[in-house]
Amino acid sequence: MINIWWIIGGVLFALLNTAAGLIWVERRMLALWQDRYGPNRAGPFGLLVVLADTIKLFFKEDWIPPFADKVVFVFAPGVVMLSVLMSFVVMPFAPGIVVADLNIGLLFFLAMSSLGVYSVVLGGWASNNKYALLGAMRGASQMISYEVFMGLALMGVVVLSGSFNLAEIVEAQRKVWFIIPQFIGFLIFLVAGVAETHRLPFDIPEAESELVAGFHSEYSGMKFGMFFIGEYLGVTLISGMLVTLYFGGWLGPAFLPPVLWFVIKTFAFIMLFILFRASMPRPRYDQLMEYGWKVLFPLSILNLMVTAAIKLWLNS
Amino acid sequence: MFSLVRSMWLIFLHMFHKRETFQYPEQKAPLPARWRGRIALTRDPDGGERCVGCYLCAAACPVDCISLQATEDDSGRRYPEFFRINFSRCIFCGFCEEACPTYAIQLLPDFEMAEYNRQNLVYEKEDLLINSEGKYPGYNYYNVAGMAIRGKDKGDAQQEEPPVDIKSLIP
Repeated sequence: MINIWWIIGGVLFALLNTAAGLIWVERRMLALWQDRYGPNRAGPFGLLVVLADTIKLFFKEDWIPPFADKVVFVFAPGVVMLSVLMSFVVMPFAPGIVVADLNIGLLFFLAMSSLGVYSVVLGGWASNNKYALLGAMRGASQMISYEVFMGLALMGVVVLSGSFNLAEIVEAQRKVWFIIPQFIGFLIFLVAGVAETHRLPFDIPEAESELVAGFHSEYSGMKFGMFFIGEYLGVTLISGMLVTLYFGGWLGPAFLPPVLWFVIKTFAFIMLFILFRASMPRPRYDQLMEYGWKVLFPLSILNLMVTAAIKLWLNS
Repeated sequence: MFSLVRSMWLIFLHMFHKRETFQYPEQKAPLPARWRGRIALTRDPDGGERCVGCYLCAAACPVDCISLQATEDDSGRRYPEFFRINFSRCIFCGFCEEACPTYAIQLLPDFEMAEYNRQNLVYEKEDLLINSEGKYPGYNYYNVAGMAIRGKDKGDAQQEEPPVDIKSLIP
């Protein structure tokens, strides 16, 4: 057993660097899919653009609007970082490499990722700006409605593995990854996960073509940077969860260490997130709601019931 | 639903397409021949200045960035005493080129004119004059229009046709 502090330090180091590195990855990948090169001047392959962006964010004027609710305004960007980082606590990166091996890990993840909505709502509310408020309202209702069947979709996995513990869920996939018995659950969780991180095409709370920048219109400097990094951390989190729950987590052929398998699979999903952004148009707000409640919600209930019925039938 | 997956796949395939980007400082974009860039004063085939200081370019300029002063040489031939273009104002609309009756002022396919000091963007006549006939090789305004000098009116010399009276209806 490795010392817990080493694990915490290592996880934090890896995550924050991944989130910052995703600035570069996303810009390069988007460029690649749009027949451009992307940032390729600063340093090898343009990697130093991460550093340049960070320096820029640190030296920007950290302005709090005079009409804003100052305490909440400062507090809101921290919430998104905190809640997403807390979700990583239960993520099993490899056998034994997990910060807290909770037996209700999945519930903890759902709870923490739901807390992320507070940063959107509080940030939008505290900005005292009509666009920010509209973004916050959209964010709140989107998160609430997509949260519901996100949880329901995950219950299929819980039924199959018989545990809320993420490490045990991974172990239960030794024979066959849950993507095969839970394909519909996987699709629903993927859609809900994109909505949860409010990434494109579900970036309705930000929707820069409609709402300036949505809930973070009034933010600048490192406070904006926190939202920015929080979003990338969210992408990493949802990708990691997809891998853990449906793609066998660290499991893989033995020629690579388990951590590396986890990282490779997670990166594949991060690429999928970026591909979503590169290819999909943003749905209208009412379309998003209709799609969520009328299609995905019944589908997730159906998926859960069918999974449970088959499980019971096989057990009896 | 299928169309979303299809468009994702098509966009994924763009990874293997040719890049559209020109890596600019190393790799220059091809400029069309009629590109409206740097303004230059061209010369006639004999190497003399084409500009006759008629002020039409300065009058046509929508941002008033052209300034010149016409003068005459010993034979009565007009030429600009100074000719100044403020490129920090110029919008490269090309109206001066259209207004010019002698094809003297021309816009060339070149846009790399950036300067650190704004004053350096004010080009004087010696900066504008180029040793070329530009887009109209072989054209000499006075060979077409004739020229009145002291003691000789237009059309008075040998091998010179009298000018057309454009105000008359008679053929």
